[in-house]
Amino acid sequence: MKRSLHATVLLPIFVVLLLVAPALLPEFHVTLLNYIGLYAIVTLGLVMLTGVGGLTSFGQAAFAGLGAYTTAYLTTVHGVSPWLTLPAGLLVTAIVALSLGLVTLRLSGHFLPLGTIAWGISLYYLFGNLAALGGHTGITGVPPLHILDFELRSGRDFYYLIWAILLALILATRNLLDSREGRAIRALKGGSVMAEAMGVNTPRSKIVVFAVAALYAAVSGWLYAHLQRFVNPTPFSLTQGIEYLFMAVVGGVSHVWGAILGAGLITVLKQWLQDWLPRLLGQSGNFEMIVFGLLMIVVLHRARDGVWPMLQRFWPQEVRRTPTEGVPRLARRSLPEPGAVLLEVSDASKCFGGLVANDRVSFRVRAGEIMALIGPNGAGKSTMFNGISGVDPLTSGRVSFRGQRVESLPARRIARLGMSRTFQHVRLLPAMSVIENVAIGAHLRGRKSFIAAACRADRDEDARLLHEAAVQIERCGLRDQMYEAAGTLPLGRQRLVEIARALAADPCLLLLDEPAAGLRYGEKQALAELLRRLRAEGIGILLVEHDMEFVMGLADRVVVMEFGRKLAAGLPEEIQRNPAVVEAYLGGVE
Amino acid sequence: MDLQIALLLGQDGVTNGAIYALLALALVLVFAVTRVIFIPQGEFVAFGALTLASLQAGKLPGTVWLLLAMGTAIGLIECTTAVRARRFHRLPLIILINCGAPLLLAASLLAVSPASLPLLVQVLLTLMLVVPLGPMLYRLAYQPVAEASVLALLIVSVAVHVTLTGIGLLFFGAEGSRTPAFTDANFAVGDVVLQGQTLLVIVASALLIVALYLFFERTLYGKALRATAMNRTGARLMGISGDLAGLLSFTLAGAIGAFSGVLISPITTVYYDSGFLIGLKGFVGAIIGGLASYPAAAAGAVLVGLLEAYSSYWASAFKEVIVFTLIIPVLLWRSLKTRHVEEA
Repeated sequence: MKRSLHATVLLPIFVVLLLVAPALLPEFHVTLLNYIGLYAIVTLGLVMLTGVGGLTSFGQAAFAGLGAYTTAYLTTVHGVSPWLTLPAGLLVTAIVALSLGLVTLRLSGHFLPLGTIAWGISLYYLFGNLAALGGHTGITGVPPLHILDFELRSGRDFYYLIWAILLALILATRNLLDSREGRAIRALKGGSVMAEAMGVNTPRSKIVVFAVAALYAAVSGWLYAHLQRFVNPTPFSLTQGIEYLFMAVVGGVSHVWGAILGAGLITVLKQWLQDWLPRLLGQSGNFEMIVFGLLMIVVLHRARDGVWPMLQRFWPQEVRRTPTEGVPRLARRSLPEPGAVLLEVSDASKCFGGLVANDRVSFRVRAGEIMALIGPNGAGKSTMFNGISGVDPLTSGRVSFRGQRVESLPARRIARLGMSRTFQHVRLLPAMSVIENVAIGAHLRGRKSFIAAACRADRDEDARLLHEAAVQIERCGLRDQMYEAAGTLPLGRQRLVEIARALAADPCLLLLDEPAAGLRYGEKQALAELLRRLRAEGIGILLVEHDMEFVMGLADRVVVMEFGRKLAAGLPEEIQRNPAVVEAYLGGVE
Repeated sequence: MDLQIALLLGQDGVTNGAIYALLALALVLVFAVTRVIFIPQGEFVAFGALTLASLQAGKLPGTVWLLLAMGTAIGLIECTTAVRARRFHRLPLIILINCGAPLLLAASLLAVSPASLPLLVQVLLTLMLVVPLGPMLYRLAYQPVAEASVLALLIVSVAVHVTLTGIGLLFFGAEGSRTPAFTDANFAVGDVVLQGQTLLVIVASALLIVALYLFFERTLYGKALRATAMNRTGARLMGISGDLAGLLSFTLAGAIGAFSGVLISPITTVYYDSGFLIGLKGFVGAIIGGLASYPAAAAGAVLVGLLEAYSSYWASAFKEVIVFTLIIPVLLWRSLKTRHVEEA
């Protein structure tokens, strides 16, 4: 979200202050600002990883170390130009981050941070014990940077380079987050099930965001090596890695500007505490860590979003509207002929341990028909949905979608073939706006990469994706709530957002899990009308629903399930007369 | 390397491995019950060892002040809650437990000279000083955010670790301590000399593991903890309080940590920050068990101990590098083995 006041007044003031600061401040403060800038670059990566992507790392200092040691070694031993060691350091970091990411990202979320702790320690000892890297004394005599003929020798010279890089990275990060790939990264926080069902390759998104965070750290390390002109293992230890995370959390872990704020607050506080605490306690040591630790606990208990949102309240938030005038529509997929078999489920079974949730169920869904799956609670309807859509694969049985076997494909591959779904327990990202949530559904209809997004080469495509999202939102009758945070809508409306998101994928088969639950009468009628129109367009719809009036008035055919088995199938009026079905719903007469 | 050295290193490895195994069990327990990745586990080891060393040196251990401070903080919080709920009759008990008990302990430590006490009493005093820090830590740092994500709880853990390390430096100083051996006995088995100290550690660890097993299998509280670990919501519906389960598992973790510290104190010099690496080696063991299986965690921890012992012979400078890099193939293996499905 862009904030106009922020963009037009506050940001220029900040930049002007940054520009004049070195001319006004004494050397010591310029040095402090240099460090804040270096730390903020690393913290920015952590914000993206932790606050946005819902992952975290304690090993960012080690990544900075890779950048720093690569340049220190190559420039001093082999005389390579620092401008060539930067890409070399980035390459080394990328290789390490990608392999670490590949190893851990398929496991649950906490294995990555644990891995980074271990890896942070191991790299620290490696730096300290490799004779080629100077052991614990490190490498001295790192050459200064040159820009054309100008040599950056003093801290003041370096200041502008550090802050220019930091601001450029902030801009790139904001661009990236406000894009198709960025929305996919933001979707990670809500768990991977929804994102995968919308076609997002979540392991890839995780690895991308982890690698980008590592590369930011490596840039900071490279700058550090040439500013300090020597490197040793200490600034790349696990303790420093933990401090980076503190900066991110204190500043505001979900906000790019929180990175600068957090780096600034912690750095200044540390200076101050290092002056005062040893005097107060009468001994020397890193006692500031006690204060930092306690501060962190308080922040996590009381203000988990950090300090930035507290400041943010002081200026008005303006909502950005998506221009829809003159934006061309996205290309539609060609739909199969009405009446053609879209989905064929045969002998589908699913067991959870000893519990058989689906027991050899078979049915078909055709293009241009609404087929309802009904049954008492616990009959296995949602399990069947998860099996068909690849969210939780079947134990045995076959599923063909548009003539292709899909029962062993991952959810995102099935989504790509044109199946889209909603969830019984709504899976939206509550803090994101309705339109951004719906745009995640259109993920597979764009192809611009995150690099294009970072440098804004994706604007045409992104406008089309958002336009598509806006169209589907209007179709679902949510035009007035388009820019509201999805979590603020009533539950029934949130279900409609889920339908809009599924429609944004341009599906030929729509799986709706209890879409009418929580809707008022008028809203139900509007929903039924929408589904009839979709049917007329040739889309196949598979529907799980408990509202019999809604189902019987809408469905072309009905399948009844009970205790995981198919109990009956047929036209709505046949089903209503079927004695077995009546008994399942109302209980038999003894 | 001849057989003699190999056996000696193996003995070292198994001794350390036994301690890592204890820690790994505590880590799996705490994670299963509370979803907390208990990074500060190692600090309990350091505090246990250093408290015992302080007592033996005739000094008042700094952990007394920590106990008093945390007791007072909890007392204040609980009193405020009780006053707000107008349940004034609860105040005396709250103050007695949280402030009175630590004060009593401090006063009795000041009254006697701890250095002159028998070893067993010193060990008991150490446990009385360090173990309560476990549940107190849960009450202060974790209970208010018990429902937060695993990630948020992990960050809390790291913050607690950093705080405790700083406090350790404040209380015990930067110098390390090593207590005299519990026993000088040696046993010759063929060519190999088994140190009594080593046997003591292994036997004590084994006994503790058996005790834990009996606790989980035979007692109501043990079963309640297992139930919570299996299904938090279900256990709560059956009347097992999540807070109680948390306090209980942290008490056990505190006890295991402090006891490991006592065991390790004559074997190696312990510094205020040694606990972290020791605890993390327990973690590597626990991760080998996927943070879920107790026997696999214990076996993994013994493996870590052996790897450490042999790598300190072959490449002593790279000992830590080797031990902590082990986690990467382990994670890879686990990653290939598991198919992670979120609750749909």
